[in-house]
Amino acid sequence: MTMSTTNMTLLQALNLALHEEMERSKDVVVLGEDVGKNGGVFRTTDGLFAKFGAERVMDTPLAESGIIGTAVGMALYGLKPVAEIQFSDFIFPAFDQIVSEMAKMRYRSGGEFTCPVVVRTPAGGGIRGGHYHSQSPEAYFCHTPGLQVVYPATPADAKGLLKSAIRGADPVIFFEPKRIYRTVKGDVPDDADFTVPIGKARIAREGKDVTVVSWGAMVHTCLEAAEKAARNGVELEVIDLRTLVPLDEECILQSVRKTGRVVVASEATRTCGFASEISAIIAEEAIDSLEAPIVRVTGYDTPFPYTLEHVYMPGPARVLDAVQRVRSY
Amino acid sequence: MTATLETVMGSDEPGLVLAAPRLTHEQFLVLHRAMVRTRKLDERGMKLQRQGRIGFYVPSFGEEAAQVGSVAATAAADWISPSYRQPGTALWRGVKPEEMLDNCFGNAGDAAKGRQMPVHYSFRSRNFISIGSPIGTQIAHAAGVAMAMKIRGDGNVCLTYLGDGATSSNDFHTGLNFGAVFKAPCVFVCINNQYAISLCVTGQTTSVSMADKAVAYGMPGRRIDGNDVLAVYSATRDAVEAARRGDGPMLLELYSFRMGPHSSSDDPSRYRPKAMEDAWAAKDPIQRYEKWLIANGHADAGSLAAVHAAAEEEMSEAAKASESKPAPAKETLFDDVCAARSAMLEKQRAALLQEGDAHAADMNAAFPL
Repeated sequence: MTMSTTNMTLLQALNLALHEEMERSKDVVVLGEDVGKNGGVFRTTDGLFAKFGAERVMDTPLAESGIIGTAVGMALYGLKPVAEIQFSDFIFPAFDQIVSEMAKMRYRSGGEFTCPVVVRTPAGGGIRGGHYHSQSPEAYFCHTPGLQVVYPATPADAKGLLKSAIRGADPVIFFEPKRIYRTVKGDVPDDADFTVPIGKARIAREGKDVTVVSWGAMVHTCLEAAEKAARNGVELEVIDLRTLVPLDEECILQSVRKTGRVVVASEATRTCGFASEISAIIAEEAIDSLEAPIVRVTGYDTPFPYTLEHVYMPGPARVLDAVQRVRSY
Repeated sequence: MTATLETVMGSDEPGLVLAAPRLTHEQFLVLHRAMVRTRKLDERGMKLQRQGRIGFYVPSFGEEAAQVGSVAATAAADWISPSYRQPGTALWRGVKPEEMLDNCFGNAGDAAKGRQMPVHYSFRSRNFISIGSPIGTQIAHAAGVAMAMKIRGDGNVCLTYLGDGATSSNDFHTGLNFGAVFKAPCVFVCINNQYAISLCVTGQTTSVSMADKAVAYGMPGRRIDGNDVLAVYSATRDAVEAARRGDGPMLLELYSFRMGPHSSSDDPSRYRPKAMEDAWAAKDPIQRYEKWLIANGHADAGSLAAVHAAAEEEMSEAAKASESKPAPAKETLFDDVCAARSAMLEKQRAALLQEGDAHAADMNAAFPL
């Protein structure tokens, strides 16, 4: 059976997923700052307001804790809120609602109450956004039991994972790699029931020499590095995690057992970043397979800069430098 | 019970007409000059952005009277806890346009060392607190600064600026409540420009006036014609004097309109009626004040035009000076994270320096937006 597809941007794929899921169920509602009439500052929610009306597509007052707090309430009552936090840098006023309420509701009520809210939020740097429009805060949420943390890198995954998140039973923090919203295009299945399961990683490129683990926009940086390495006869296996929590450990470990050498690449701050967690898991589970120490390629332990953004952001050259280190150990 | 709009020059909104403040001829003209400089700085900022010479800009078109009239009531030792749309308050307090444009270019001359997006200024020497992007956080800071002023007993006052959107933030509640409970010498200046990006103020709150919110915190609130520089000055001067006397904080709503986009990335035609923009263009605070100045014998068309020309020239020169400065050195990335660099940060800094030009190819690649 062949699946019909349409070539589109990551942004269009997200927009399509929202349209389809709102069509599919009246319980799905969208709320956030500028998501209605304006269609979102990135236009991710474009057309929803016109099609589904102000009752299901809510332009909220400017208060992130209010957006998430009320989304929790709606979910408790049985709706399926998809809340947008305009930039993940502005999620912190809602941190208490996410960490103390949303994430713990199922556990603290012995399963009596759940709040499967989907929090969509654009993240990551590379758009000349300075501290407050560039950060990668995924690790804070990975550190909180009760949340699923999703971070797609391709249009098809963006659509499929967002639909899984909306149909799922648990709260999801859905990070969107805004740097590649419009620059990465791909074939996206037309099937309105196409989904990508949460918790399954993807081999973005097969290779035998070095495993490179990444997620979000960094996947494309790693693929660019792999392209360059291949010209020198070095085959990188690039893993796109797609979901950080729950993590597809087996996918990573299988690759590591094959290559024996690992680079973990992330644009987030280094200390306590999710790259460190991946490194720890590999060290615990597959140290016998390692031919060299694991190397992390990350942002620096500084706030995200404006003018020097290009110095801060790891690019293909830094990934290749790390590849060289694990190969020459 | 809703607060009544207070005006000096007379507004088409129903309200209370106040007497003009007793200022000297020269002082009336200084207010005008400050408003024009603010407008010209914004025009230059937007132009630089449109030409691709800076990455971003946030104009304050239409809010010149609200900014200048309020900040003019402060003394040099008072503090400002700003949001990102009050360039006129920095200019008033003696910041040079070049210092502000250094920030917009993110160059080595920038007080914040090119670390923030344009218009996120920091001017310690003018008691002008570093600006962040999160909405409303500065309101709680202002209450804290004022609490410290009270503890020190130094007679200073803190003025904070916020927009209509910020009245929905957690820190609006927190800041006003703490300010009132501790009777701190603080003035909360809400410039209601009626739009928080795309959201009209009627979607932000069902309070008719932001000043009405003061009642809940047990402080006075006044609704002032924010496009009337003289009304803004009178009301803020009263609030600052009361705070300085120890009477506690006050909330001022300066009722105005954001004549431009939210930022250089925004397109207001998607959400704002053209008729509304036209109606408010007719209430342009600079033109309105110029009519008053002429009618009251303080200026004529020629003297006003000279002010515009001088400000235009000043901003053009400042832009040239700022554009010629280099970017900060790459290793400055690691300065000011903490008072001293940690061993871990030293290691990262050394690695960057050792990297030499290895990363240069990445660095020159334009990141796609």
